[in-house]
Amino acid sequence: MNLNAFVFQAVNGLSSASGLFLVAVGLSLIFGVTRIVNIAHGSLYMLGTYIAYSVATKLGGALGFWGGIVLTAILVGILGAIIEVLLLRRIYRAPELFQLLATFALVLVFNDAALWIWGPEDLLGPRAPGLTGSIELLGRRLPTYDIFLIVVGPAVLLLLHMALSKTRFGRLMRAATQDREMVGALGVNQAMLFTGVFALGAMLAGLGGALQIAREPATLTTDLNVIGDAFVVVVVGGMGSITGAYVAAVLIAEVKALCIALGIVDFGLFTVNFSKMTLVAEFLVMAIVLITRPYGLLGREQGAVRSVAEPEEPLRPATTATKIGGLIVLFVLIAMPLIAQGSPYTLVLGIDVLIAILFAASLHFIMGPGGMHSFGHAAYFGLGAYGAALLVKWFAAPMGVALAAAPLVALMGALLFGWFAVRLSGVYLAMLTLAFAQIVWAAVFQWETLTGGSNGVLGVWPSAPFESRPAFYYLTLALAALGVFLIRRFLFAPFGYAMRAGRDSPLRAEAIGLDVKRIHWLAFAIAGCICGVAGGLFAFAKGSISPETIAVSRSIDGLVMVLLGGLQTLSGPIVGASVFAVLQDSVMRSTEYWRALLGGVILLLVLAFPAGIVGGLAKLFARRKAAS
Amino acid sequence: MSDLVIRQLSKSFGGVRAVNDVSFAIKRGEFLALIGPNGAGKSTCFNMINGQLQPDSGEIMFEGTPLRGKKPRDIWRLGIGRTFQVAATFNSMTVIENVQMALISHASQVYRLWKPARALHRERALELLAQVGMQDAADRPSRELAYGDVKRVELAIALANEPRLLLMDEPTAGMAPKERNDLIALVKRLVIERGISVLFTEHSMDVVFAFADRIIVLARGKLIADGDARSIRDNPQVQEVYFGTGKTFKAEARS
Amino acid sequence: MITARTLGLVAAAGAWALTIGHGAQAQDTIKIGELNSYKTQTAFLDPYKKGWELAIEEINAKGGVLGKKLEVISRDDGSSPGDAVRVAEELVTREGVNILAGTFLSNTGLAVTEFAGKKKVFFLAAEPLTDKITWQNGNRYTFRLRATTYMQVAMLVPEALAAKKKRWALVYPNYEYGQAAAATFKEMMKAKQPDIEFVTEQAPPLGKVDAGAVVQAIDDAKPDAIFNVLFGADFAKLVREGGTRGVFKDRTVVSVLSGEPEYLDPVKEEAPVGWIVTGYPWDKIKIPEHQTFLAAYQKKYNDYPRLGSIVGYATMKSLAAGIAKAGSTDTEKLITAFRGLAVDGPFGPFTYRASDHQATAGAFVGKIALENGKGTMTDIKYVDGASVLPSDDEVKKLRPAAE
Repeated sequence: MNLNAFVFQAVNGLSSASGLFLVAVGLSLIFGVTRIVNIAHGSLYMLGTYIAYSVATKLGGALGFWGGIVLTAILVGILGAIIEVLLLRRIYRAPELFQLLATFALVLVFNDAALWIWGPEDLLGPRAPGLTGSIELLGRRLPTYDIFLIVVGPAVLLLLHMALSKTRFGRLMRAATQDREMVGALGVNQAMLFTGVFALGAMLAGLGGALQIAREPATLTTDLNVIGDAFVVVVVGGMGSITGAYVAAVLIAEVKALCIALGIVDFGLFTVNFSKMTLVAEFLVMAIVLITRPYGLLGREQGAVRSVAEPEEPLRPATTATKIGGLIVLFVLIAMPLIAQGSPYTLVLGIDVLIAILFAASLHFIMGPGGMHSFGHAAYFGLGAYGAALLVKWFAAPMGVALAAAPLVALMGALLFGWFAVRLSGVYLAMLTLAFAQIVWAAVFQWETLTGGSNGVLGVWPSAPFESRPAFYYLTLALAALGVFLIRRFLFAPFGYAMRAGRDSPLRAEAIGLDVKRIHWLAFAIAGCICGVAGGLFAFAKGSISPETIAVSRSIDGLVMVLLGGLQTLSGPIVGASVFAVLQDSVMRSTEYWRALLGGVILLLVLAFPAGIVGGLAKLFARRKAAS
Repeated sequence: MSDLVIRQLSKSFGGVRAVNDVSFAIKRGEFLALIGPNGAGKSTCFNMINGQLQPDSGEIMFEGTPLRGKKPRDIWRLGIGRTFQVAATFNSMTVIENVQMALISHASQVYRLWKPARALHRERALELLAQVGMQDAADRPSRELAYGDVKRVELAIALANEPRLLLMDEPTAGMAPKERNDLIALVKRLVIERGISVLFTEHSMDVVFAFADRIIVLARGKLIADGDARSIRDNPQVQEVYFGTGKTFKAEARS
Repeated sequence: MITARTLGLVAAAGAWALTIGHGAQAQDTIKIGELNSYKTQTAFLDPYKKGWELAIEEINAKGGVLGKKLEVISRDDGSSPGDAVRVAEELVTREGVNILAGTFLSNTGLAVTEFAGKKKVFFLAAEPLTDKITWQNGNRYTFRLRATTYMQVAMLVPEALAAKKKRWALVYPNYEYGQAAAATFKEMMKAKQPDIEFVTEQAPPLGKVDAGAVVQAIDDAKPDAIFNVLFGADFAKLVREGGTRGVFKDRTVVSVLSGEPEYLDPVKEEAPVGWIVTGYPWDKIKIPEHQTFLAAYQKKYNDYPRLGSIVGYATMKSLAAGIAKAGSTDTEKLITAFRGLAVDGPFGPFTYRASDHQATAGAFVGKIALENGKGTMTDIKYVDGASVLPSDDEVKKLRPAAE
């Protein structure tokens, strides 16, 4: 490995950086102005690759390719505007993060739509007409298209910069990024601004996707592959800062290029294959950046966004009706093995639902009352699951010991990660939790000798007397009920009040002597600990676990459950988890296009219940009560 | 003996001296107003005392304890209460729960996980609310209150730890004139009853001249005057920094 | 909020209760529970599904098995082991099947293997390649159809040795399949060619290869030959970048699975000519079994088969043969029947070995060629799986868990 090789890889890295920048910059603009966490941004990018492929192959030639890129950007931009007008505009007044749920539904719908339109096969587009060759550089061949990409990134950056500083729309966007309320107060048509920003962001995503068709095939997994990277770049650069996004893209791309260039390095005692680090490099970078610079490289502390949603109702202790209702539900659950004797699957699903409830309730504990939006709650689920499973695998631990260890392992992880996370707030906290979860995931994934790598740990079965399904169901029910009860108890106790105080007004809370960070740290730990129980139960329910228990998709499932049920109510996560788990199970069975169906159902729920299911029902009842 | 002693306090932001070598003291039971035109350094001064900002140099002593380097929550534990310029209560709680929260914190019961919070210190919280005239609204969500009532609740919260010094940053900002007088009169009454010292900043001159025992004036970060209402009103330097001439100043003061 | 909470819970419980009382019905068909990652592995599994649908149609047209028609209850396994186990349980408990088949991903395949072993359900793993399904984690209830990672590599090793290259670079996706393939390749090559050097190993994340940088790093290591395990979109990216940068020029490339239409067709005229691969040159196979299959497939779907079609087709043919031989769907009888079961597949006859429950179905080895602007294979030969599998004695040691 010589210097030329490293320099050349650095140049390579710049072209990857342009790609990363184009995915991320639209997301950054959208978030900066609208504060929407747009999970569907990767889907827009994916649609960009498919549309550009179709235009390029149908029209053919230079016009098809280059014209196709322009056309694609415009089409995807229009699609973005449509999404904003038809969907997001209806839910801006919902509690924060709720829009995430809507965009999650879009991910599902768009993926199936792409499958339906373009079919299952990967579609490799043509090479870029005029830029098919390569040039000699440092004794190596650099594709001319890479050079083009290296230029495109900064060019787009420059254009955006000029647009943001020279046009009225751009100035409004910048103003809105800094203070959304102020722009509203100035009498600017906020709806138009948001539509415009969303269209612009979508257009950039479409452009980014279209530009990639010369390098990689259009494929159905692009959406989720891209979205994680995009968020990392946005956050590392600093939310809303487009220059930051470019700097971050370069940083991440160069770190990866360096890892690839290093390849296998022999340190004498051990050898490290650095190319394997590319699995998690961006998340390591993000964790380091966020720990040292809490608002990203070029981001600034954001003025507190006063929520446009109605604030939460004060907690009221359970009325007799609620208590009776709760007891009835509990009684039905206890009687379930008898009721469902003819259908043992009910218990199988029941166990999954109960585990989901415990998972969602523990996430809600920090998300709702704590105001800490964890995007990496799967980490504690996974730590619990692996803690239990590895004890069984390596020490043949009895189930009781393994299950007791699950929350402890998760607690350790939550104490460690939480200590860093509570120093941040808002989306930065969310992304740091995600980074930690990804690091745990990568560690489990890579540490083959200990964890079984991607295949996971097998042979984790319940021992007597819990071998039978009803017995394990009762165990799960008991632990889930206990977990939910404890969470409720904590929330009504001084500690829960202090959590909410720290969320409602951190300044006021500090001014009455509350150590908000410490309180939130402990809350984080409690949530992790309880989540660990869910993870442990999961391992024994399935008999085996794999890194998928820690994957991003599980964290997102948790968010979906909490938001679906309603962030502002205590029973929200319970209902949300039940509905989501049962829905997913039945939808998966009913059609080939189950993702689209699931997405469609979630969209309907989102539009019908902008405060979550429980929140929506509660409002309905309140209104009726007021009327009578 | 002075409750709070401030010596040669200075703070700069990027080369601009927001507070420049300011010294003053508050005696026990004193109702001291800190006034000055916009940008004079009042809020900076205030935020250094309550721990939100760290001074570049100087000393802040409360009953002999240095406050420099202490966090807001530690300063509160020493017996200093505060209210905010933009009133801040805990929106997801009822009025009384807001006060109970402060009482729970005062009693060091924050980390308790079991007993319901709503049963704790309810009597005492009602008493405090009664003192500010808010007992009837005790079980309403605090987010539903009118702004003037929020300010009263804040006062009740600030009194929860039985402070010996109360810091009030523009306590009447955003209130109607009638409400202003009522609130400050209430504060004054409580202060006399309990022997609390108060340091407050204020824009409304009628409030200041009507109630303050003593007034100090900041301008461009420097302390330019210190005295009772009459001497401040007649101070040409104060008139100068405020309005160039004294005419309007006097007119407003009489209104 | 109060009543709403109760109501919400009751509603959820109600939705759940709907799933109750839907137990197994009277059996006039033989039910097979099939589960697979249809939503994430569409390029392979779409043809796979067509393959098994064709097989079922043929079997039932001839009157089914044991006088009963075969009925496949197919499910998406959610592409995750956790969901896959739930789906397997659903198939067993709710649909009342006692035969499971399918799975693509190694980890879901292993999770269902584990489930089958514990719950004593017959499981035919169709596609997952991991050696562990039949070896380390093998159990008496699980059989596997597809030629494994080990077998795929072993089929290519003689060709790699014949190339007589000293300096090798390896590139593989960073998960168990890629790692196992690379490890097996290194071990086998070293045994036969002791002076071999592995000059670099690139292990990019699955589906996210930074192809330009990776091929450049390979080039910089100056290998004589390259062993590739990337597939799918990663493979397409690798081929395009390597082509532009001239990295594959004058180098021997040995590549696993790259001759399968699923992966070769997307690169169209850029098919990397000369690569030594395992695959499925559907238009070059002239044996009668395949001719019949091909004609039937093209007639039904008006499309050519992919390798997935072969796997899907052979899966159901195997089950039909096994049930017929067992004379029953009883699990123990099925296991006995499958041990040594001979099946006629589109690639000719193969058997399920009694020793490790692995099918001896092989694969075609050849070189990638370009014909009519499309990738295909030349110099093809069929390598029988039996010829590359370790002996019965050796696998005994590899199967500690199985009886």
